[in-house]
Amino acid sequence: MTEQRQANWAEEAVREHAEDVHDHELAQYPSGVEHPSREQQVLDRIEKARARKPKVKEERITLAHGAGGKATQSLVEAIFLDSFRNPLLEPLEDAAIVTANGTSLAFTTDSYVVSPLFFPGGDIGDLAVNGTVNDLAVSGAKPMHLSAGFILEEGFPVADLRRIVASMAAAAAAAGVTIVTGDTKVVQRGKADGCYINTAGVGVREPGCELGVATARPGDAVLVSGPVGEHGMTIMLARGELDIEAELESDTASMHELVAGLMKADVGVRAMRDATRGGVATILNEVAQAAGVAVVVNEDDVPVRAEVRGACELLGIDPLYVACEGRLVTIVDGAHTEEALAALRSHPLGAEAAVIGRIADDPPGLVLLNTGFGGTRIVDLLVGDPLPRIC
Amino acid sequence: MCLGIPGEVIEIMPEQPDLAKVDVSGVKRAINIGLLTDDPPGPGDWVLIHVGFALSKIDEEEARAAMEFLEGIGQAYEDELEALLSSKIDEKG
Amino acid sequence: MRFVDEYRDAEKARALSAKIAGLCEPGRQYKFMEVCGGHTHTIYKHGLEDYLPESVTLVHGPGCPVCVIPMGRVDDAIALAEQPDVIMTSFGDMMRVPGGRGSFFDSKAAGTDIRMVYSPLDALKVARQNPDKHVVFMAIGFETTAPSTAMTVLRAEAEGIENFSIFCNHVTIIPAIKAILDSPDLRLDGFIGPGHVSTVIGCRPYEFIASEHGKPLVTAGFEPLDILQSVYMLLVQLAEGRSEVENQYGRVVPWDGNQVALKAVGEVMELRPYFEWRGLGFISHSALRMREKFASFDAERHFDLPGVRVADPKACQCGEVLKGVLKPWECKVFGTACTPETPIGTCMVSSEGACAAYYNFGRFSRERVRQASRPEPVTIETGARRE
Repeated sequence: MTEQRQANWAEEAVREHAEDVHDHELAQYPSGVEHPSREQQVLDRIEKARARKPKVKEERITLAHGAGGKATQSLVEAIFLDSFRNPLLEPLEDAAIVTANGTSLAFTTDSYVVSPLFFPGGDIGDLAVNGTVNDLAVSGAKPMHLSAGFILEEGFPVADLRRIVASMAAAAAAAGVTIVTGDTKVVQRGKADGCYINTAGVGVREPGCELGVATARPGDAVLVSGPVGEHGMTIMLARGELDIEAELESDTASMHELVAGLMKADVGVRAMRDATRGGVATILNEVAQAAGVAVVVNEDDVPVRAEVRGACELLGIDPLYVACEGRLVTIVDGAHTEEALAALRSHPLGAEAAVIGRIADDPPGLVLLNTGFGGTRIVDLLVGDPLPRIC
Repeated sequence: MCLGIPGEVIEIMPEQPDLAKVDVSGVKRAINIGLLTDDPPGPGDWVLIHVGFALSKIDEEEARAAMEFLEGIGQAYEDELEALLSSKIDEKG
Repeated sequence: MRFVDEYRDAEKARALSAKIAGLCEPGRQYKFMEVCGGHTHTIYKHGLEDYLPESVTLVHGPGCPVCVIPMGRVDDAIALAEQPDVIMTSFGDMMRVPGGRGSFFDSKAAGTDIRMVYSPLDALKVARQNPDKHVVFMAIGFETTAPSTAMTVLRAEAEGIENFSIFCNHVTIIPAIKAILDSPDLRLDGFIGPGHVSTVIGCRPYEFIASEHGKPLVTAGFEPLDILQSVYMLLVQLAEGRSEVENQYGRVVPWDGNQVALKAVGEVMELRPYFEWRGLGFISHSALRMREKFASFDAERHFDLPGVRVADPKACQCGEVLKGVLKPWECKVFGTACTPETPIGTCMVSSEGACAAYYNFGRFSRERVRQASRPEPVTIETGARRE
């Protein structure tokens, strides 16, 4: 027979969880004992394993660490949060809430590395402004000032840079923010993908504004402000590798007015999130985990454009995990569902807003989906980017 | 084990007759139809797409028959229920 | 979407579900295997088990081409990618699959050039665009996918492309089903046959299952109503004491398969004497390799490969899960050491592996999920109530 060896990583994983395996063996019931209780034991064991302190086991950073799913979560918690830990960072919301001279401010930062730099519906400049404005807006703040840092690759066409900067200026004007400080670095050819942008932003919050995904409670309603997944699918197709044509445009937009309208309507908003990387499913998992509630979503109520659905079916991807860049997910008091929907729909960006589900108490920490077919299933966090699959 | 998606043939590519432009819910891609030379599809035909190849032409007649069967099951179930009910009522009567 | 949405109709599912319940003999347990991972994915993605009575159990079979690739073959593929001036191309499915020393993603992070493609023809395009590199296509899949690889090789030959080769890992479904049927600890009542494989091989190759093993098989489509209807057709066969091969997926599957596709595969590839399947071990004549005539397109002949077997950890019970002896959650390492992030065994590897599907979509007591998701009492018009 051929030479044989062991997979060391796998043996280590088994050893590391040996205690759980041991528990499992203790729990072996004599035959004849009802299955559900045994199944429940296994499920508890999984929850225990999932609740363990996250660890980064990989020796090198892989693309999965940047995809917004479980790998990103482990990286942030095990490496960044572990070292920087402080009460302002710990909530890991879209923006930190800081106080200066008695004024409550939202403060956030984001880096933009999209490829291609120009795509149907926008470019990296639009994203760099809108993304940061949105992070401030969903934190309940009026966006005020942004910084802009550029990492440019040697040889990058100045005309392209002008185009990107013009988009940023237009997006900033539309969002009512000013870009007040910045930085430029140039790296050698091959060390960057043309142009990377980092923006940071500050905004002022209304006094007494209490928002956060941890405040969701049973009976609340879950809404999205429009069809999901357009940005992510547009980018995937714009890369050209898949040779798929579709009339799709990125949904990149600044949501500050949409959010302001919703807050003004006084509909008992508990939390708002900007559904970017990882899509709506990732946000809903954050809600379920932070608030210790169940999020129950109706598949048929989630708005998805026909072309996004077609591309998703073709590539074997679930639109719930595909990124948006101008879509709000919000949790509101269930008693005000209709008013919240009306408030969103009164703004052009929210014209196709929909109630997609509700918050329940059990099972805590999980997102459940009522499928269009009439069944039920779990919607979990993704391990990495949604990848095109053939099977 | 193998993702296969139905799509409608829009056109056969003029320069490359083994390629067809296929539409899936408004999304279009060139698909190789070289595996269907026994019964080549034309515009308006539906094919099953797998990894960029059309594996099979969808048989509309078969699809209709299967759908009728499914619709029939719903109806037959209702009818049976009715029959069962009336027979029980008869027994009691 | 046509040919998709009409097969996801909840109302028809309810009628079919009632029919299925009516066909089950009281006190009898039914175990059907869906051979194909695509079916497993559909079952979980749509929550299909909610429509099945407690007495019907679906056992998830070995038909996931990503899952069955042994870790040693992944290591070989990475060794190929590490050769100077090689571009490895692969379907997205393989990118996260770990071998003995990591996955394609890990290898890419360490500096190799591994690219995702949607079609083998796209891999050939990469070869055309990079004449100074050698492009290898990581070919995986059952008979559904093998014709596409074969057609691509024929195209490469016709165009005289010399910097392109195939790392052939194509497998065939019938020997795997035979291996399962020969397993002594297995008790199945019938099979849900792999629909897309059957577009190529047709329905005849399954006839031995009905005639020699006395088990009914229904070739099924991939929408949830297709699967529900095939469960119904299996139960009708059992109720009538028949064991036959039937085709639920007639809209796509011709009884005799696709002869053009079979011919292309036969021209380019031949059966290997044996091949290792993760979880099932070595199975004879269960995989394809390139024919001598196409040696110049065979990565295994082009390059020297380590060819080292990697053993699955002893704690892994994938073999039992694949044969339906254990439910995914009954495995010792399920959900703790073995998760979709660190899949130790084959069933956790791809989203259509039995354990991954169960972990991602069904990891919770069905009763609790049902209660949470449907708080409003559903009124069902039954005869009893009307009486």
